[in-house]
Amino acid sequence: MLQNIIKVLSKYGYLFADGLWITIELSLITVLCSSVLGSLLAIARRSRLLPVRFLCTAYVEVVRGTPLLLQLYFFYFMLPNLVPALKLSEFTCVVIALVFNSVAYVAEIVRAGIGAVDRGQMEAARSLGLSSKQAMIHVVLPQAVKNILPALCNEFVAIIKETSLASTFFIGDIMTTYKTINGFTFLIIEPLLIAGIIYFCVTFVLSKAIAALERKMKASD
Amino acid sequence: MTDKYEHMIKTVDLKKDFGSLKVLKGVNEHVDKGEVLTIIGPSGSGKSTFLRCLNMLETPTSGQIFFEGTDITQKGISVDAHRQKMGMVFQHFNVFNNLTVKKNITLAPVLLKKKTQKEADEMADELLARIGLTDKKDAHPSRLSGGQKQRLAIVRSLAMEPDVMLFDEPTSALDPEMVGEVLQVIKELVKSGMTSVIVTHEMGFAKEVSDRVIFMDDGNIAEEGTPTELFEHPQNPRTQEFLSKVLY
Repeated sequence: MLQNIIKVLSKYGYLFADGLWITIELSLITVLCSSVLGSLLAIARRSRLLPVRFLCTAYVEVVRGTPLLLQLYFFYFMLPNLVPALKLSEFTCVVIALVFNSVAYVAEIVRAGIGAVDRGQMEAARSLGLSSKQAMIHVVLPQAVKNILPALCNEFVAIIKETSLASTFFIGDIMTTYKTINGFTFLIIEPLLIAGIIYFCVTFVLSKAIAALERKMKASD
Repeated sequence: MTDKYEHMIKTVDLKKDFGSLKVLKGVNEHVDKGEVLTIIGPSGSGKSTFLRCLNMLETPTSGQIFFEGTDITQKGISVDAHRQKMGMVFQHFNVFNNLTVKKNITLAPVLLKKKTQKEADEMADELLARIGLTDKKDAHPSRLSGGQKQRLAIVRSLAMEPDVMLFDEPTSALDPEMVGEVLQVIKELVKSGMTSVIVTHEMGFAKEVSDRVIFMDDGNIAEEGTPTELFEHPQNPRTQEFLSKVLY
């Protein structure tokens, strides 16, 4: 088996490199877009208007209550039909689906991060005469970021793994690479092991980096 | 400019419900300029809720609150502007954990354009010297003791140059050895003529600094009077019972 692994690597290593790059690209785009949109969604959920709150909550619940694979199918097949004029690439459709999914989770992360800041901080700021916006910007959010940032990085790690579902549509990520090599060589275990090791290395290193970041943030308190 | 109002703070039939729980059952009370009013009473009697209504941290269910002649319970009124003139000190200090000691003091005056950064910095230095925290000015609050945090919280409010200070059990969360240093700061403040409303369990302190004491029980003011009247000759049986439990 070791021989086979070496053979696969030497012959198709470049494919895994390409796959890794696409996986990371996909994950980065997703986490960046969903960070921005998720934060906005979290803020919208605090709106004074009931319909806004209702819509946002419904969105979060629906996304979290349906499988990502279903959402991927939905956007992959629905989007080109809905807006044919845009001629969306497969990659774009997959990105939209991943962002659609991840936004809900990020919104929850942001909401929890804000919620974890002691209510007294907001009250004290308001008692001095700050508006709720000023209190949010100068007192609550800077403290919430410390809760949010590590959780957001963990979401990034989760997305790296979840992008593997996108290989259903052969968009070139690590799992697609496995499928391609499997098609060329009929080998199953060997390319799968390589793919697994790549995923593990990336997520393990990232997790350790996040833990270090978290410790550093705690120390700066 | 003449200030044409009778009392600095006046509440009219102030009621507050939390769900089916009636916490305030129609409180009529007032605070005059320069007066030190202390509120005592058992837990759950509504004294903290009453205090928190005064600067609208709790929205009253009904009734009115006049601050310097303006009904601040009216819809459309800028509560923020009035809060700038009402300092508040909390049981759990609530100093801003993300800011340095000095920034805790200067944030609001600068942000609300009451002072330039330079003026605010100078004032902060003065205030920190007054409470003996000059050497901590660049530290974060996590490096302070409870007593130091509370003293910081007091001068943070003072930096806004308020007309009245509200104290919500300012020493209840402190270790016993730190109570004295905080009470000392409040005493000095009160002696300088600051109008104050103080919710406290420190009976000795209440007796010493108050012009008037209110005993609250079950959402109502059960009795009020001068410290001597209330502590030496309580009339209401509930007051007598409460005092007999806390003054041993």
